[in-house]
This record gives sequence, structure tokens and C-alpha cells, in this order.
Amino acid sequence: MAKLLLERILTLILKLFGMAVILFVVTQVLPADPAAVAAGTNARPEQIERIRQELGLDRPFHEQFFTYISGLLRGDLGQSLLTRREVSDDLRLRFPATAELAIFSGIVIVITGISLGIVAAVFAGSRLDMLIRLLVVVGMGIPPFVLALFLQLIFAKSLDWFPLEGRLSTLMAPPPHVTGLYSLDSLLAGQWETFWTSLRHLALPVAALALGRLAVGARFTRSGMLETLSQPYVRTARAKGLRENRVILRHAFRNALIPVVTMLGIQIGFLLSGAVLVEVVFTWPGLGRYAVESVVSFDFYAVIGAALVIAVIFVVSNTIVDLLYVQLDPRIQQR
Amino acid sequence: MRRPRISIAKLAALLRANPGLTAGIALLLPFLLFALLPDLFATHDPIKTSIRELYAPPSPEHFFGTDELGRDVYSRVVFGARISLVAASIIIGIACCIGIILGTIAGYWQGWADRVIMILVDLVLAFPSLILALAVSAALGPGLRSAIIAAAAVWWPVYARLLRGLTIQLSEMEFVTAARAMGASSPVIVIRHILPNAVYAIVVRISLDLGLAVLLLASLSFIGLGASAPTPEWGAMVAWGRIYFLTEWWIGAFPALAITLVVVGITLLGDGLNDMRNVRR
Repeated sequence: MAKLLLERILTLILKLFGMAVILFVVTQVLPADPAAVAAGTNARPEQIERIRQELGLDRPFHEQFFTYISGLLRGDLGQSLLTRREVSDDLRLRFPATAELAIFSGIVIVITGISLGIVAAVFAGSRLDMLIRLLVVVGMGIPPFVLALFLQLIFAKSLDWFPLEGRLSTLMAPPPHVTGLYSLDSLLAGQWETFWTSLRHLALPVAALALGRLAVGARFTRSGMLETLSQPYVRTARAKGLRENRVILRHAFRNALIPVVTMLGIQIGFLLSGAVLVEVVFTWPGLGRYAVESVVSFDFYAVIGAALVIAVIFVVSNTIVDLLYVQLDPRIQQR
Repeated sequence: MRRPRISIAKLAALLRANPGLTAGIALLLPFLLFALLPDLFATHDPIKTSIRELYAPPSPEHFFGTDELGRDVYSRVVFGARISLVAASIIIGIACCIGIILGTIAGYWQGWADRVIMILVDLVLAFPSLILALAVSAALGPGLRSAIIAAAAVWWPVYARLLRGLTIQLSEMEFVTAARAMGASSPVIVIRHILPNAVYAIVVRISLDLGLAVLLLASLSFIGLGASAPTPEWGAMVAWGRIYFLTEWWIGAFPALAITLVVVGITLLGDGLNDMRNVRR
């Protein structure tokens, strides 16, 4: 296990380096001019030239690349072209909001997706199964931003059950900073009202983000369960007179988990992509909205920084899923 | 390759046996017609503004109402079908071509070319697709063309990986050995013997991906990186409609619905084709 862990971490580091290179090359080689962006719309050519020198954009490509990568190794992502603030500071502020959204969605996806999948497989062919399968098709087809808009219209505007946007009510002070996750921090500080408010604010964005993914989760669990339920060891377990619950959960489900875990790893990417759009709709102050704001204003270092952080989350969580996979199926390690 | 014979009775039986496929085709059919003959279905000029009819709710005159410039939302949705479907096809087309070329090279010749290509594939796939597309599209500047290039740039690895796997698998088949024994050159083997046998897998993959391509393009447009005004692109229409969504919901809701129906339709179609392939095996 230790050797495997080391190997995976090494691959991870190499991969992250490669990804940073790709992002840098993409944003450097392509035609738009960062200096012109930083100088503003009505800048004179000599102003643009001065900013180009200031930002080091007049230096040769390999020099700029070296500066950027060595900065990266020190955790320095460069400055925002527009605000001249450190990108890493901005991202540190935005990260917890996205983390909170992703964690809650992840929990909802795993619990609901897997339970729906098990139910659909156990009652395969029934009305309930058909209903779940319909939900899966619809859930997969609705883009998260479309779902977000409709949830806003129905549950915030028309029914007024949930708040429209943001992480907390406008007049409410955020809880004392520990993790940056408002729900967790308010709980730690014993601020019940803030806790409740933050959960209510989370409800719609999480629903918008989770529905499509939990649909995929349900689908994978269903097909995995159908396969294991027809295995001889399940028949043996039943023949031994084990209770049906135990057969389903301990014998069939545990073995169906392997494809489900792989699927969850892939889902994390979709989850992060979806979060970008959902954050825009719910004015959620996270990484995704930051990325979109910087893209729209051509703030290159901010774009690279945000994209890189989101990519890091993706790659790291995938590596964790990979290791989990080995834990679940010892045969993989032996190979 | 064996050529399957198609008769109407067989087709009907096929559709009856595969309700998902049928539902997918039924959902897509109106949008295909919109894309082919927009002038026939549209009731108004999709980009003509009308100051006297701003924010009109849905009515017999304007089926889906009018938007903030008095344009007919229904006609814009109709014309949007062509843009979305054509753009998605171009994205997958480009991605597929690059993927086929690089994938077969990697799979057939292996060695260092394989290693370099696969490292690139792994790196691109290591990004959440929207994030990398966002960066590429931002660097190219906003516009439908940039969005299409960006989407293709993040999509080709999927096909490269698929083709590499298929090529390796097919290279070991006896008919390839036979062709080689008869003195066929490598490009001939790849083009005449390997690719034709990979076609069905590629088609299934394309049918599964087209919906995602429509989605990715709509997402980029929604962010503001895709089509610019006054192009009736669905994602962009939802983005503009979002501002009025809580009051004049119809401006954004109908294009949003169109995106959803098309994506669901293509997903069902792709799934249906995929099931058929599994049955065939």
C-alpha cells in the first residue's frame, strides 16, 4: 500500500505540473493581449507598452514561463490584472464557499443516488423502478444552470420556501472563521440561527448541482446491483437463510460498490464544472464565479489560478477515489 | 463487413423493442425539423426587434412571448436549433478527426509516439472539461467560433483514447495479420482494415457525446463566452433571459427547455444505440 501511495502521489505531482504548463501555454500562445486588458479600454499605446514591461509580458516566452512556474512552486499565482491583488489571496477567500457547496452536494449524491439505485435494482421491473429510471434520464438531461434557474423561480420566487441567492441573509454576519464553511463554523460557534440560515441558502444550489449527478449514481448502482444480485454467492447467502436486508447490503451491495466508486470519481469533474454555472446563478461567492468573472474581464492570471485550483481539487479527489478503489477490491493491488 | 439489411417492418420491431431509442427520436424530431427548415416553422424574424411588443407574455400571436427587445422567443428557439445542433456536430467532428488520427497512431505504432500522445490525453482529461474550455475560450476571445474550438480542444482525448484501445484490439485480429502477410502497407491496414471495424463504436460514442456537446456549448454561451448578440443561440438566450427570469420567465425558460429536451433526446438515442450494440455482441 505504501509503495502504491507513493507512486500515486508522484504521478499526481507530475500531472499537476503538466496541467499548469498546459494552462500557461494556452493563455500565452493565443492571440488576446493581457497588457491591453490590464491597461483598460481607452489606454494609449505607450501606456499599454509600460504595463507590458511592468508585468514582464515583454520578456521572452521561456523567461515568463520560468517566472510563472517558480512562482507557482512558492504558491504565488501572480496578480490579478484588474485589481492588482494577489490571485492566491482571492482564491483563498473563495475556496470555502465552493468546498461547502461541493461537500454538501457530494453527500446528497452518494446517499440519495446509491439508495435510489439499490431500490430500483431490488424492485427491478416494477413501477417504482420505472419512475426512478425516468428521474435518471431527466436528471441527466437537465443542465445544472437550467435546473438552478427553475428552482429559483419555483422555490424562491413563487413559493418563497428558500432564499434566492447568496450564502447568508444580507444582514447576517458570517460566523467566526474556522473552516470557512458557514454551516460548520456556525455550528462550532453555537450560532443556531446562522446555521439554519446557511443550510437554507445551501438547499437550492445543492439541489441544482446534485440532481443530475445523483441520477448517474443511481443508474450505476442499479446496474451494478442487478449484476451482483444474480451472482451465485447471493443465492448461497439466501440459501443459508440470511435475512434479505443482509443479503442485499452485505453481499450484493458491497460488491456492487466498485463500479459505483469509479463512477463517483468521474462525477467529481462534472460536479466542479456544474458548480461554476450554479454559482453564477445563485451569486454564490465561490471559485467558479470567480473564474467566470475573470474570464469575462480577460483577467488571465486569475483565470489560470482559478482553473488550476479547480483542476487540483479534481485530480486530488480522483487520486483519493483511486486509492479507495484499491481498498475496496484487494485483487487490484495484487495485480 | 456484413451489411445489415433494413426493412420498415424490421425498423418498427426495433423501435418497439427499444422504447428509450423511440422516445429519443421522438424528442429530437421536432428540433431536427427546426434545424433543417427554420423558415417553415418560425412565425417571425428571429432578430427583428419591435419596440411596441417588449416583454409580451406567451400568446397565440407569440407562442413563447417576446423578449426585452420585442423579438419573438418561439422563432428564436426555432432558429437556435440549427445553431446548437450544427455547432455541436462541428465540435464532435473536429474532436473525432483529431482523436482518430492521434488514437490510431498511438495504438498502431505504439512506442514513443504512443507515450507522448497518451500523456497529452491524460493531461487534458485531468481537467474538468468546462474549466479547460473556459480558459481556452477566454484566451481566444468570446464568440461562437472560439467556443467551438475550445470545446473541441477539450474533447478530442476521449476519441484518441477510444481509437487507441480499438486499434490495439483490432491489430491483433487475424484479418490484420493476413493483410500484413499479403504485403499491405501500414496506412492501408489502418484505413482499410482497422477503421471500418471501429466505425460502430465511434458512432455510438458520438451519439452519446453530441448531447454533452450541446450542453458544453450552451454552458459556455451562458457564461458569456459563446455566441454574441443578436445570434439566437440557446445558451446565450438563457443568459440574457436570466436577468428577467423571476418576472418575465418565458424569455429564458423556453430556450432552457429546448436545451434540456435536446440533451435528454440525444442521451436516450445514444443509450438506445449502445444497448443495441451490447445485444449484437
